[in-house]
Amino acid sequence: MGIAVGLSGFAFGVTSAGSGLTLLQTCALSLLVFTGASQFALVGALAAGGGPFTAAAGAFFLGVRNAFYGLRLSQLLALPRALRPLAAHWVIDETTAVSLAQPTRRTARIGFLVTGLSLYLLWNLTTLLGALGAEAIGDTEAWGLDAAGPAVFLALLAPMLRNTTERAVAALAVLLGLGLLPVLPAGVPVLVSALAAPVVLWARGRRDGASGSSGTSSGPEASASETSATGEASEAAEAAEVSEAAEAPRAPRTSEGGDR
Amino acid sequence: MSIWIAIGVTVVGCYAVKLAGLLVPAGVLERPLVRRLAALLPVALLAALTAQQTFADGQSLVLDARAAGVGAAAVALVLRAPFLVVVAVAVAVTAGVRALSG
Repeated sequence: MGIAVGLSGFAFGVTSAGSGLTLLQTCALSLLVFTGASQFALVGALAAGGGPFTAAAGAFFLGVRNAFYGLRLSQLLALPRALRPLAAHWVIDETTAVSLAQPTRRTARIGFLVTGLSLYLLWNLTTLLGALGAEAIGDTEAWGLDAAGPAVFLALLAPMLRNTTERAVAALAVLLGLGLLPVLPAGVPVLVSALAAPVVLWARGRRDGASGSSGTSSGPEASASETSATGEASEAAEAAEVSEAAEAPRAPRTSEGGDR
Repeated sequence: MSIWIAIGVTVVGCYAVKLAGLLVPAGVLERPLVRRLAALLPVALLAALTAQQTFADGQSLVLDARAAGVGAAAVALVLRAPFLVVVAVAVAVTAGVRALSG
């Protein structure tokens, strides 16, 4: 996990510098935002000419999942209220994954602290190295480093595409993001593409509502899926998938490199 | 200056959502519909961002070396390559295609 985080930090430093941010701006992002996907999204949007608020909005929406990590962690760690503002900064994919894997509250707290501290140091150090490295090697495009950003996004996205709902959302978002690119100001198409999530959920809810008129609500799946009350046997497998989605956002597997 | 504004807004926003998770009562965010939307939001954003940063050049769409690099990264992901390899493959293939095509 450390190596993956280190490489992402380095890639972020390079990408950010290549996007025209200064060394200070790049390091400020890693020090103060400390959630990788949001940082990549922000510098990407700024590089594409997006306004500060549209760029920040995209980064914000990507960071929303951290609220759900915090929710699980607050029950697990049971931190004193005074400590929570400090701990909040380290609420990310990796610290959540490590903490949730611990058997007791005590080890969960230790896991959160150790993971948070070491990744914070590593992420900021490698960001600095990446930003310095980008200045040293000059033309980042000749080295293919402009492909690092989308590759990081793709690597984060891939483990999320577990069922048809998620794939439909991704496909619609790609269509919206690319189709609207020529006609809307920079940064806005990505925000519009976020609508793919409620649109697909709504469409599924409608379809399931039409086909499964008698929701027999058997098993734990049905209780988890609120909008789609599917009780039919043909839909049972899908309902199980939906309930899996309903449990998310879960902490990603630590081996995947996660957010950083 | 506008970059600093963007950084400031992002810092505040991203910290606020992290803190909110630790502070709000569990019931507010535990509703199934809210959880499912929150799970799907990153899927939509990451998909759109991947596509844009692969094919966008300003406000126009282009097919260049990046597409080859990200395509290679996709193959690496299908083959269950580790994160490190996925990003390295994307960078190397993009650089290689650029060098070959001049």
